[in-house]
Amino acid sequence: MKKGELIATRDGFGDEIAELGRENKNIYVVDVDIGKSCKTGKFSSSLPDQYVNVGIAEQNGAGVAAGLATTGKIPFVVTYAVFGSLRMCEQIRQEMCYPNLNVKIACSHGGLTPANDGASHQAIEDMGVLRTIPNMTIIMPADYNAARKLVKAATEMYGPVFLRFTRDAVPVVYDEDQEFTIGKAVRVRDGGDVAIIAVGDTLRLAIEAAERLHAKGIEARVLDMHTIKPLDTDAVDSCIADIGKIITVEDHNKINGLGSAVAECIAEAGHGVLRRVAIQDQFGQSAPYERLLEINGITVENIVAQAESLM
Amino acid sequence: MREQKKLELEGRAKQLRKIALTMIYEAQSGHPGGAFSAADIVAALYFSEMRINPKDPKWPDRDRFVLSKGHVCPIQYAALGTLGYFPEEALHTLRKENSILQGHPDMKKCPGIDISTGSLGQGASAAVGMALAGKRDGRDYCVFVIMGDGEMDEGIVWEAMMTANKYKLDNYVMILDNNGLQLDGPCDKVMPGLDMSKKAADFGFETFDIDGHDMGDILDVFDAIRDRKNGKPKFINARTVKGKGVDFMENKAEWHGNAPNAEQYADAMAQLERGLK
Repeated sequence: MKKGELIATRDGFGDEIAELGRENKNIYVVDVDIGKSCKTGKFSSSLPDQYVNVGIAEQNGAGVAAGLATTGKIPFVVTYAVFGSLRMCEQIRQEMCYPNLNVKIACSHGGLTPANDGASHQAIEDMGVLRTIPNMTIIMPADYNAARKLVKAATEMYGPVFLRFTRDAVPVVYDEDQEFTIGKAVRVRDGGDVAIIAVGDTLRLAIEAAERLHAKGIEARVLDMHTIKPLDTDAVDSCIADIGKIITVEDHNKINGLGSAVAECIAEAGHGVLRRVAIQDQFGQSAPYERLLEINGITVENIVAQAESLM
Repeated sequence: MREQKKLELEGRAKQLRKIALTMIYEAQSGHPGGAFSAADIVAALYFSEMRINPKDPKWPDRDRFVLSKGHVCPIQYAALGTLGYFPEEALHTLRKENSILQGHPDMKKCPGIDISTGSLGQGASAAVGMALAGKRDGRDYCVFVIMGDGEMDEGIVWEAMMTANKYKLDNYVMILDNNGLQLDGPCDKVMPGLDMSKKAADFGFETFDIDGHDMGDILDVFDAIRDRKNGKPKFINARTVKGKGVDFMENKAEWHGNAPNAEQYADAMAQLERGLK
């Protein structure tokens, strides 16, 4: 996909998993009756022998995937982020993370992006809850191109991985040849006055804010922290040491997401200041995605204002 | 021949009960009641029915054993230790720091454990994944999953059974250790009693009712199901007695999760030595 095009990151997952499945017969998809919405159609129609649909039974889907993984398969349980974290939470803990099995959870509808569906379908706590479970890796790609690369990387690493995608279309910010390493932030822009660390599609807001700040004579370093666990603490520590002023941006509750993870680094370093642009510990509602972000101050304007307040 | 095998397996079951009780006594912690109700079935599986190789615990074609009621693992550990999956000395380390024998089965620590369990109901699901992989890969193994009757309260069990039926997993064998008691008391007082065989049949399973302490019954049912490639998952409703083999433990919910004191231990070991009535 070319830069600037609008496409949901769930499409990046759907396109990539179908290709990976053709190359590796051990890759399985375990659907829970929302395959259409999660973009597994190409996979299920072309690879029926690697496809399972357990119906609307997320907990069982997680368990079946764990059983498949004990035989050497690389199963992807595919659902919405709110169910793929909370509905099957204890199965994730007991049957994926505790035995450290090679199961992936691929979730559309991350954050506020199932905007019109309302709070029941908006996952605002998912990454925070899963961040506390040992052995778990948590990834949210910024765009379609990043989604494809990071899905591939997830199949190439051993162990449980939670991948979070957007339901709604978001602009492509990366070139197709951009490379990604799980656990390593991408430095998207350099600057020495403030660091803006973003996860997921909010990276586009961070980039635009950095451009506006540049016009005001403030230079921002922008990091894409696509993996919030394991956190790239070296990259965060460099921001603390080099700049000391950090803004985190995420479509996730302000508690226990990216902002909290960075706050842990700052507290341990003993210096540095932080502003968290995130969901304000409140549930969402049915409304356009951009409006829901605005209600929580997850906007270019607010990132700029936060940066200026730190100068 | 048959009679000899039956006698041998009864002896194995006696040994497993004694080892499990000693483990629980030494740990002063564990679940003897459900371990004893499952003992005869576990003995028949490990010492007769299952195609396994203790020297190669991860043999891809092995039969799988999933102890979904993971809290009764001392009875499984007793079998694994006897078969040489790990040094027998380890049998004295149950629930101790750094032991391979955790309070609930841990597949990463203990050789021969096919999936970590302990959170009830989840073994039923994982076993479906194993059975499905066997079918898709053209492997001929069976997956035996032992359920507690209290465990059938968990909704995930029925989700798993629907999936086993959908994918025609005739290599999936669910064995219900139907001892009638769960932690808070009689199962049918905790939740209304229903005919589990009928329910399983409604979920597409081929069902078998046996006396779970009659070695002849147990061997007969395993003989009957191994080669029944009829597209139907199997459900063995084994009528059992919680605490079977020790009079003061039998049919007592109090012995769900209690370790005996020295006097009780000596009494129980003497009773077990005399064999099942």
